[in-house]
Amino acid sequence: MLLFLARRVGQTIPTLLFVSLLIFGLQQLMPGDPALILAGEERGDPTVLAQIRAELNLDKPLPVQYGLWLWGVLQGDLGFSWRIREPIAEVIAQKLPVTLQLGLMAFVIAVFIGIPLGILSAVKKDTPLDWGANAVGLAGLSLPNFWLGIMMILFFSVQLGWLPPSGYVPLSEDWRQSLATTIMPAFVLGSGIAAVFMRHMRSAMLQAMGQDYVRTARAKGLGERVVVLKHALRNALVPVVTLGALELGTLLSGAVLTEQVFTIPGFGKLIVDAVFNRDYPVVQGVVLVTATLYILLNLIADVLYVLINPRLRHA
Amino acid sequence: MPDGAVIAAPAVAARGESPARRAFRRLLRHRAAMFGLAVVLAFIAIAVLAPLIAPYDPARTNWAAIRKPPSELFWFGTDENGRDILSRVIWGARASLLAGVVSVAIALAAGVPVGLAAGFLGGRVDALISRFTDAMLACPFLILAIALAAFLGPALENAMIAIGISATPIFIRLARGATMAVKVEDYVEAARGLGNPRWRVAVRHILPNIVPPLLVQATLAIASAIIAEASLSFLGLGQQPPAPSWGSMLNTAQRFMEQAPWMAIFPGLSIFTVVLAFNLLGDGLRDALDPREQG
Repeated sequence: MLLFLARRVGQTIPTLLFVSLLIFGLQQLMPGDPALILAGEERGDPTVLAQIRAELNLDKPLPVQYGLWLWGVLQGDLGFSWRIREPIAEVIAQKLPVTLQLGLMAFVIAVFIGIPLGILSAVKKDTPLDWGANAVGLAGLSLPNFWLGIMMILFFSVQLGWLPPSGYVPLSEDWRQSLATTIMPAFVLGSGIAAVFMRHMRSAMLQAMGQDYVRTARAKGLGERVVVLKHALRNALVPVVTLGALELGTLLSGAVLTEQVFTIPGFGKLIVDAVFNRDYPVVQGVVLVTATLYILLNLIADVLYVLINPRLRHA
Repeated sequence: MPDGAVIAAPAVAARGESPARRAFRRLLRHRAAMFGLAVVLAFIAIAVLAPLIAPYDPARTNWAAIRKPPSELFWFGTDENGRDILSRVIWGARASLLAGVVSVAIALAAGVPVGLAAGFLGGRVDALISRFTDAMLACPFLILAIALAAFLGPALENAMIAIGISATPIFIRLARGATMAVKVEDYVEAARGLGNPRWRVAVRHILPNIVPPLLVQATLAIASAIIAEASLSFLGLGQQPPAPSWGSMLNTAQRFMEQAPWMAIFPGLSIFTVVLAFNLLGDGLRDALDPREQG
């Protein structure tokens, strides 16, 4: 187990290094000279330009620039936002809790829809219920979530007037209002993941239902409910746990559009605003934090996978 | 991005039928896939024939018909500039399908040779490519596409490049895995034993046998790329106005939801329909190419 952990952590480090190279490389794609963008009206003044280049280390060779940037990142310094002149790490730290709340709600919704639907679909294989669940799953994968968001606003806010169409109230301020502002975006965000969960749960359950231990449980005269929930489901859930972490990427990608549609001031809206304000260091910072989170969660999922699977644990 | 394509072994066909022929026969019998194919072909026809079938010029403004609801004159209604939404949806199919196909072509062209090399050569080359692929896969698909599109500048061409690059690591990983499965097969060993150079073994003997999983993934990737293009256009990073695109139409529609809900309904329905069709076709192809499937 310890050897596995060490090997797995060892694999993470080069991946993180490659991520940092990739994200630093993004800067090289930037159109024009960053110093010119930052100098604004003083772009004609060579002294100002030279000063900015020195501040940003742009006057140094590329490998040195990368080294200095990476050193800063390792110390939690993601640079400064060009637009609001605040440290990027602080800006991200302010926005992250909003997206985390939204993401967590979306995840819970996805689990509560996707897992039971997947189980039901597998247990009732080749019945209208299975076809219906499959259709819902496929539709969930094919629906652009920003359009689903617009349609939900149209129905629940414009037509029925039940929920606010946009905005965000923090949980600490007023939990009812907070739920009212986040339930629609959380559903939109969770629907795509629910579809993925449903499809994977279905195939994992179908596989588990065909195993010898399920046949033995049935032969022992156990009720179908116990066979499904206690024997098949417990084993089928194992691969779905890993999937949960992998879906973080979908969650964060979806948050970009969902937060834009519902005007929620989270992590996703931060990257879109940064793109439009040409605040490139913030774009870089958001991608870096997202990728690092993703890698770390994958690591945790892999460890969890080994922990909950006795055969791997004792291997 | 949908995943889970199968790796089809070049199974010896029963009843003397070639695997490709048998897969094609299975695909023809797959009703959902055939429905998907029919819808995809219909959208391709719409995109190609746009100049002939669109009732109006998609960019022509008509100040006398601003935000008109669907009617006999304007089947899908008109937008904030009096432009016919049906005509814009028809022309928008071009941007969406083009973006889907071109970005996946970029991903295939970049990903397959690299994945093939990693799987075939192994060792340090494989380790290096795999770590790089892991790093790219760690950046969520759309966030990477947004970041790339932001740095490249807002335009449909740049959006296609950004989506293509973001989709590349999946094809690298898939081609690598399939190559590793195929390279230990007897016929590859035989090709090596006959003294064929390595490049020839890779291109002539391995590549044709890793096509099935790539084909399935490419079909599913087109669906994801169409959503990604619509997303980038919705954010203003793809097709630029006044050129029609489903994503940018939805962006505008958001501002007029109370006054003109039809502006949001039809472009979104079009994205949903074409993406669903590609997903159905991809699922059907996966089933048809799965050697474990009988019949």
